Amino acid sequence: MSLSDAKPSPRYAVADRAPRRLSDFLLRWETILVVLLIGVVVVNALISPFFLDFYNLSDATFNFSEKAILALAMTLLIIVRDIDLSIAAIIALASLAMGMAAQAGAPTLALIAIGLAVGVLCGAFNGALVTGFGLPSIVVTIGTMSLFRGIAQVTLGDQAITKYPASFEAIGQGYISDRAPIPISFVLFLVLAVVFGIVLHRTIIGRKLFAIGANPVAALFSGIAVNRIRFWLFVLMGLMAGLAAVLLTGRIGSTRPNIALGFELEVVTMVVLGGVSIAGGAGTILGVALAVFVLGLTTFGLSLVNVPGIVISILNGALLIVSISAPVVVSRLLRGRT
Amino acid sequence: MSVAALLRHRDAALALIIAALIGAIGLRAPVFVTPESLTGVLTDTSFLFMLTLAQMAVILTRGIDLSVAANLALTGMIAALASRAAPGLPVVGIIGLSVALGAALGALNGAFVAFVGIPPIVVTLGTLSIYRGVIFLIAGGAWLTSKDMNTAFLAFPKSTLFGAPILIVIAALVSLFFWALLNHSRIGRGLYAVGGNPVAARYCGIDLRVQQFLVYTLAGAVSGLCGYLWVSRYGIAYTDIAQGYELTIIAACVIGGVSIAGGVGSVPGALLGALFLGIVVNALPVINVSPFWQMLISGAVILGAVVINARSERRTGKLILRGARTTDKGARA
Repeated sequence: MSLSDAKPSPRYAVADRAPRRLSDFLLRWETILVVLLIGVVVVNALISPFFLDFYNLSDATFNFSEKAILALAMTLLIIVRDIDLSIAAIIALASLAMGMAAQAGAPTLALIAIGLAVGVLCGAFNGALVTGFGLPSIVVTIGTMSLFRGIAQVTLGDQAITKYPASFEAIGQGYISDRAPIPISFVLFLVLAVVFGIVLHRTIIGRKLFAIGANPVAALFSGIAVNRIRFWLFVLMGLMAGLAAVLLTGRIGSTRPNIALGFELEVVTMVVLGGVSIAGGAGTILGVALAVFVLGLTTFGLSLVNVPGIVISILNGALLIVSISAPVVVSRLLRGRT
Repeated sequence: MSVAALLRHRDAALALIIAALIGAIGLRAPVFVTPESLTGVLTDTSFLFMLTLAQMAVILTRGIDLSVAANLALTGMIAALASRAAPGLPVVGIIGLSVALGAALGALNGAFVAFVGIPPIVVTLGTLSIYRGVIFLIAGGAWLTSKDMNTAFLAFPKSTLFGAPILIVIAALVSLFFWALLNHSRIGRGLYAVGGNPVAARYCGIDLRVQQFLVYTLAGAVSGLCGYLWVSRYGIAYTDIAQGYELTIIAACVIGGVSIAGGVGSVPGALLGALFLGIVVNALPVINVSPFWQMLISGAVILGAVVINARSERRTGKLILRGARTTDKGARA
């Protein structure tokens, strides 16, 4: 933000080559997150004897898998300097569409298709407004957030839709098999994380995203179709929101106007804690995945010892600010300037 | 006046739209346009007036403060707790405490943004969660109702000064303060300079960090003031009051023509933006539209406003850069 910080802090440095020295490796943001994650696991295991239980840990992933899936697509958007604050509202709208279809007796496969399609349409709407009119995405998505959730609210009023086929609910609530009780939603997240990681870090598309984030004008002049890529990222974000809507609606078995309320800020927290620069141009999927676990396991561990969710949010907020300030402050102290 | 000329006078256009809106509502429900009813709308909207101005000052410097509503809720809760613990504390003392506390919470944001250099959206996202959580902690999750507040504490926001509700008077004073600050003070002009072009501002000897620290502290102080007023007006304090209000405030800024990219925005514009949302919220029940429509309408209005803003901004951009093409327009986030 300020003009003086020409030197990038360790979390936003994009390495041109693999780190060679030990200090390079230790100062990588992902390393700091791993240390943080180990700390969270150790502290939680000490606090509660039930923490390190396979079935408990496995079930704990239910609570953050939907947000984690959203965080993957949000990572790409933030890397190209965009943001989507309407994701939770897209979930509400997609959930509403699925609920209405379910009431009309649609089968599970149709419900999934409808949820994903609504997500894609909403994402395309965001993308068209942002790239077509050249509007700042934060403002557009604050607007569409009200619009999408407003539609859900007008349609549902104070009602809730709770009639869903059992096979649909099984997607959000179920495990991949009886012998391996790992939630489907968590496995989906892991698979998607690998796909997103490969695309972002090992393909030309990924390099283009970093180029756009680092300097959109230079990217445009070097022949990258900046706006087309940004548009499709919004569509992708919408698709992931649709997927999260399928999982969440199935898991809680109901659609209310306030479904997924506040998800957008939690997802942005995951991404930023994961080391993605909010100014664009830097970040890794590995970092975001680690941040997902840090936040998810902190929440799970504390709720095991009956800490209310709202108090956990203090810790998450502090974690966000301290973990991002600490490297800046430490490196300044090491350099001996204020 | 032609449409193009109106677009150039954005505030005038918005004022006309608001007048037309009031007229249209009045046709359906004449009761809405009575002086009492309109005074009620202004009183209800006074919080939004003050908070929108404070948010505008932040946005002018290319920042954003998502923690204002949480700050409001926290200072409101502390004001209520303080009044319960010390019933003898005069209202002036409570107001002073709220403003000071709000300013301190805002200064915390400002310190991280200005002196540590963390992006504003990240800092205020963090403090938003922290402040909300702290409310739960200090109140033990309890709700404080009007029974926990003494009469003087509750009576103040309902009192009048020279026949006008005190909330409107306070909002007017705060507006006057922001108008003087932004239009007639060195600091205020500096905010526009910093937002318009940080590099040029620095060469002019304006310290970005001081400016940032000041606006976040100021936004905090206004939130604190509103915190006491909110809690005493509605006679209730709990963890979730004004939840999500930060986005309504930003929406009012956007409708009022404040550019999220910084450096553009005026006090009359911001006030009109807030008034527009205030009228929509208050008019819906009067014309028998379910309040569930409120969100949808404000969403549509925000989108309409940004699209119009973008077109008028593009126009002025071409005037300044005569002949030059702003090719990077679409590529900028």
